[in-house]
Amino acid sequence: MSDTTPGTTPGDDGAVPAPRESAGPEVIGVRKGMFGARGGGDTSGYGGLVRTVALPGPSHRPYGSYFDEVADELEGALEEQGLLPSNAIEKTVVDRGELTFHIAREHLVRVASTLRDDPALRFELCTGVSGVHYPGDRGRELHAVYHLRSITHGRTVRLEVCAPDADPHVPSLVSVYPTNDWHEREAYDFFGLVFDGHPALTRIMMPDDWQGFPQRKDYPLGGIPVEYKGAQIPAPDQRRSYS
Amino acid sequence: MGLEEKLPSGFLLTTVEQAAGWVRKSSVFPATFGLACCAIEMMTTGAGRYDLARFGMEVFRGSPRQADLMIVAGRVSQKMAPVLRQVYDQMPAPKWVISMGVCASSGGMFNNYAIVQGVDHIVPVDIYLPGCPPRPEMLMDAILKLHQKIQSSKLGVNREEAAREAEAAALKALPTIEMKGLLR
Amino acid sequence: MSTNHHAASRETTEGTVYTVTGGDWDEVVRSAAKADDERIVVNMGPQHPSTHGVLRLILEIDGETVTEARCGIGYLHTGIEKNLEFRNWTQGTTFVTRMDYLTPFFNETAYCLGVEKLLGITDQVPDRATVVRVLLMELNRLSSHLVCIATGGMELGATTIMIYGFRDRELILDIFELITGLRMNHAFIRPGGLAQDLPPGAVDQLRDFLKTMKKNLPEYDKLATGNPIFKARMQDVGYLDLTGCMALGATGPILRSAGLPHDLRKADPYCGYETYEFDVPTTETCDSYGRFLIRLEEMRQSLRIIEQCLDRLEPGPVMVADKKIAWPAQLALGPDGLGNSLDHIKNIMGTSMEALIHHFKLVTEGFRVPAGQAYAAVESPKGELGVHVVSDGGTRPYRVHFRDPSFTNLQAMAAMCEGGQVADVIVAVASIDPVMGGVDR
Repeated sequence: MSDTTPGTTPGDDGAVPAPRESAGPEVIGVRKGMFGARGGGDTSGYGGLVRTVALPGPSHRPYGSYFDEVADELEGALEEQGLLPSNAIEKTVVDRGELTFHIAREHLVRVASTLRDDPALRFELCTGVSGVHYPGDRGRELHAVYHLRSITHGRTVRLEVCAPDADPHVPSLVSVYPTNDWHEREAYDFFGLVFDGHPALTRIMMPDDWQGFPQRKDYPLGGIPVEYKGAQIPAPDQRRSYS
Repeated sequence: MGLEEKLPSGFLLTTVEQAAGWVRKSSVFPATFGLACCAIEMMTTGAGRYDLARFGMEVFRGSPRQADLMIVAGRVSQKMAPVLRQVYDQMPAPKWVISMGVCASSGGMFNNYAIVQGVDHIVPVDIYLPGCPPRPEMLMDAILKLHQKIQSSKLGVNREEAAREAEAAALKALPTIEMKGLLR
Repeated sequence: MSTNHHAASRETTEGTVYTVTGGDWDEVVRSAAKADDERIVVNMGPQHPSTHGVLRLILEIDGETVTEARCGIGYLHTGIEKNLEFRNWTQGTTFVTRMDYLTPFFNETAYCLGVEKLLGITDQVPDRATVVRVLLMELNRLSSHLVCIATGGMELGATTIMIYGFRDRELILDIFELITGLRMNHAFIRPGGLAQDLPPGAVDQLRDFLKTMKKNLPEYDKLATGNPIFKARMQDVGYLDLTGCMALGATGPILRSAGLPHDLRKADPYCGYETYEFDVPTTETCDSYGRFLIRLEEMRQSLRIIEQCLDRLEPGPVMVADKKIAWPAQLALGPDGLGNSLDHIKNIMGTSMEALIHHFKLVTEGFRVPAGQAYAAVESPKGELGVHVVSDGGTRPYRVHFRDPSFTNLQAMAAMCEGGQVADVIVAVASIDPVMGGVDR
């Protein structure tokens, strides 16, 4: 963990997304043992097992398929606007036949509007934002994932932006893709991601007075134990589990 | 509510009870309270093949004030709970509630932050109907069972007596956790 | 504490009656009442017979004209995406099938395509499983459109259409029940293939169904398409042109009613859709009537695809060969009505200890999915149904997000209704065909 997430600048208290180690896979956590048993004696013999959990790391050219063309066009278009592509695009991942651009959050709106407006890119349909919470990814806990689809060219591309828990701000894409209005409200409702520039960022699914952001990993599932004849079965998140 | 509630216990009251029960069970007006998957099965029950009209209750009331049966069809979220209670309060007495499907009855598979774990936390339930979703036949069975219940419901002093007995029985009942037998 | 603003109470002869309101609703009404014109704010739903489920519409009305329309959603929020994170990958199908409960097979297929992409076994899914998936999805498209037309008609006051729609839907549910054992919420499509093979007699019943349905479909034309009242209610109502559709991300019949033939089955084929012959109907009318016509035509095209599926069904496996992923037993309905395979039980209980261990591990723990993320999308009857699945390499999903078309399309409600009449709001919402189970998840 520590070697992939160099400490943030002192005094900032992690309020800026931590710089990304561009070489290897992206480590998001460590898994210990085999059967998820905690707090009791380990009889499985797997208690000493330690595995790092890592998402696929950055890819290198050629990316294959239409990905090189999209990357070239995007980089070229960003350069034309006077923006250094390496500043905006933190890394590019090609995994399982999908292209992902990790974008620095301050450049998200510029990148998205370029992807939408450039005739050679023309990603006119945004299928919303999906929040993901990686508590183990220190300094970059909250990820907002956008999937863009080009009807013109028949392509899809994924944008990923991250923000630290201490400063969960991401620029809103409503000005570029108005369809993201409700999607961003949903991501705010469930993850506490604050989309700066959203016209009315309020809760959408949960009641207005709800406390907390229920789909974050640190928010419990909230189930209750179920009573049967002579036995009580704990809620799914309280049971012993594998992995 | 009316004169029948003032009748003394005895032959007259039981006769009125039977007449009132027969009339009430023969024209139950359900309020639409479709929430999720079960609502589709509830609509199916009202449509051609299952034809709830045979039991005089195919007209689902849009307004709770003209209804006396609430079929809670589907999962009740925390956000929906106050609405459900308000609709129930708007229904005139006597009124009955069928909790349709496991989600309404106990939370079902959605044992989480969003779903009320059983609609009986909010409103009194007369019939619990299992299934995910229950088949239309099951819903009709539940409705027929409710008809029996309505037929045999008491009035006036007899009702108070019945309520007292039910409460005494409930206080004496063994909690589920202390029951023995198969795990179910 | 003084009085509770969200739950005022008053005494009646029946006991205390609590009037529970949500948030600042009273303040909204009060401030709206101050304006000295005809403007009123009407709260329609969340429990209303014409709002297509527990949808809350907040309409600002000036006379009969809607000046502002807003949606309140979340009344059916079920936390399914969170629940998925505490079950293994296979169990996930039982949850996703309950999201948009009118399109269970689309939810399952989209989810399974995502999981298969993560596992890297997309190419190993047997042909028979893929064909059956297409078959079930197209049947499901029929049943979903039938409910849309039926309930849409009912909301207009045309009860006959509702009776017809549910009559034909029952025929499809009979087939679903024969194949999967359930009328709704099937969890039949599993990562790697299907839960089990088609039962005997399914193909014959499907061919009978095709005959019946070909006879029944023209009845909707006779009943509704040329009906002057129906047309008067639907035409030019719920107008949303192509610009609006693109800006709001609307897909499915709404986008196609604006003239753009975008259909993921053609644009980004999955499950071998590129090998089937079918047309993508469009209209240029941009209104509710056009969407109705598109749904009718899509049902005819679905029948065409089902026919092709039946011709293609070859005997073969319906689950990937990889025993690390495939469910250990081919289930069969036993005499006790439960789905155990006696041969398999004999094998694991009597013959092979390793098979028992493997069965136990796979059923209780599930398979591991390599870390990463994937996006899979299918064309559901309502539009693009996308699934974003994230794995951390464990036996349970790390995060599953559904991009439900109903959720996105419902945003277009305000654009369709504002400036129109109150009665037209119902028509517009019915033509969007939102299913709240999918919107709120």
